[in-house]
Amino acid sequence: MSRLFEIENLEITFDTARGPLTAVRGVSLVINKGESIGIVGESGSGKTVMSRASMGLLRGRRVKRTGSVKLEGQELLTLNNDEIRGLWGTKMAMIFQDPMTALNPVRRVGSQFNESLVKRLGMSKEDASKRTIELLTLVRMPEPEKVIAKFPHQLSGGMRQRVMIAMAIACNPSLLFADEPTTALDVTVQAQVLELLGDLREKLNMAMVIVTHDLGVVAGYTDRIAVMYGGEIVELATTPDLFANTKMPYTQALMESIPRLDRKIGDRLPAIGGTPPDPTLARTSCGFADRCTFATDKCRTEHPPLTDAGNGHMYRCFFPLGGK
Amino acid sequence: MAGSGKAHLRNTADPVLRVEDLVVEYGAANGEKVQAVSGVSLDIIAGETLSVVGESGCGKSTLAKGILQLIATASGSVVINGQEITKLKGNELREARPNMQMIFQDSISSLDPHMKVSALIEQPLKVWNRGTEAERKAKVNDLLQSVGLDPEVVSQRKPTEFSGGQCQRISIARALALEPKLLVCDEPVSSLDVSIQAQILNILQDMKERYGLSLLFISHDLSVVRTISDRIVVMYLGKICEVATPATLSEKPRHHYTHALVSSVPIPDPTKKNRRAVLQGEPPSSTNPPSGCRFRTRCPAATELCANEEPQLRDMGGGDFVACHHPRA
Repeated sequence: MSRLFEIENLEITFDTARGPLTAVRGVSLVINKGESIGIVGESGSGKTVMSRASMGLLRGRRVKRTGSVKLEGQELLTLNNDEIRGLWGTKMAMIFQDPMTALNPVRRVGSQFNESLVKRLGMSKEDASKRTIELLTLVRMPEPEKVIAKFPHQLSGGMRQRVMIAMAIACNPSLLFADEPTTALDVTVQAQVLELLGDLREKLNMAMVIVTHDLGVVAGYTDRIAVMYGGEIVELATTPDLFANTKMPYTQALMESIPRLDRKIGDRLPAIGGTPPDPTLARTSCGFADRCTFATDKCRTEHPPLTDAGNGHMYRCFFPLGGK
Repeated sequence: MAGSGKAHLRNTADPVLRVEDLVVEYGAANGEKVQAVSGVSLDIIAGETLSVVGESGCGKSTLAKGILQLIATASGSVVINGQEITKLKGNELREARPNMQMIFQDSISSLDPHMKVSALIEQPLKVWNRGTEAERKAKVNDLLQSVGLDPEVVSQRKPTEFSGGQCQRISIARALALEPKLLVCDEPVSSLDVSIQAQILNILQDMKERYGLSLLFISHDLSVVRTISDRIVVMYLGKICEVATPATLSEKPRHHYTHALVSSVPIPDPTKKNRRAVLQGEPPSSTNPPSGCRFRTRCPAATELCANEEPQLRDMGGGDFVACHHPRA
């Protein structure tokens, strides 16, 4: 497979009132063409910061970015605003958790498509309207002709998310970031949107990164999963391998805490006690050590490196489950 | 869905909560009335957890607010601990409130940001003149400990210093201060991380045992409610479609809507894929609900009968009830 997107040793530090806060700590990840990757972690694990920084959305004086992010070999971190803007839409696009705040509330749906279609692709307004209806049909929007004349607040959450997906794919990006695309939606609509994203990825041969806190969401729709914790990738494997041969105690705990329909009724849900590590401090131990049932003195005094189990299954643990 | 009927109500002598034919209406922009809750009946016996699940807009939160008389109900009756509360006004209703408390989805905004945690939890006790100052303080510490917070550490802090999960613990402690009989939880975990969800659900279970509570649990997520519920009510467009035990609901749902809900729940297991009966479209508007069964416009088994006649809740044995003309086998 050919490499599309390469993140190498990415580190993002925010300048805050409490001092420097390192949200992403040395993350490396390769995304191949057409591949679907899930990035899973709790609130504050750095998953959203990582994906936004990769898109080039986090910039400015108070954000320190080191490492490298390359799209088709082109370094993104050193691009200026206009240059990175030239890649948005055509090369990479993003959809957000809350489609209501991501869409412009005072413009009709149809006119919001013009920005990408007319300005970016240079279409005439008439062609753009036709293409908008095609795109809305592609995302299985009922009655697209009526929808283009509506304002975002007149649509339901699921329909807004469809509009946003249609906009994101308008210029055929080769990489789509989806940041918690279904968290704000009902479970029935969530299923519809996930099916849709899976179909679109195949149809358009687009690579996709799904960022979520819910392992259940990514299990059926990704090729590989990266588990993030405290700003680091702590486990990275193909989706079947991650579930079948879980190495990190954290991943295991995360899987067990998911309420699922096939669990025995009346069982207590295994919760993960404690809280994630403080992002303003340097990491001198395993970030999960305080919450881990298997932690030893070594875990509390040394920071484990990312280790390869041999088949590309990476983990960050001195004592992986199932042995080394 | 749904349907009407009271076949699922039990003949217990004194249920903690008994709701009959409750109707809650909102005024629409054109002056018409919209029935958000359209004739719902349910009961909760002592120590029971009853959950209400359904999609956004099915009326589940309105039902919770209607039961607690936080919004006016158009008709129907709500009996809590033997007292009919829909007719109560002003001070009489206020006197009934200590028995029924509520926790909300957005715990951070339901706590006054200017008050210290200890003051927040003490407030209901002060309002009702319960105990001396020393007794109240001891009670606050006790409540904080029972929800897993260290009184020494948290008492003097303010809600903004806490995470969503911790704020939800504080709201639970506050809701339990008056030792209510009925605790209504409106989506208490849906804005929390999965790992934290489990902590809060476990605390609710512990509190239920410790204080002999009955819970009314509102959620859109079947997988969350099934581990903690004794009975689950499925709502669609203001009416009840199915009442069943958690086991029935997840293994052999009888209503086609419940089946769609169950199969929409993502399974954290990549080997079990493509099992889904994905429901197409979205619920119709409740300003103009379909005739007969309200689910028929999205139902794979709908017939003419469904358009003409509203299904009533029928006893399917084993404590399960379904309102459907053509239930799944």
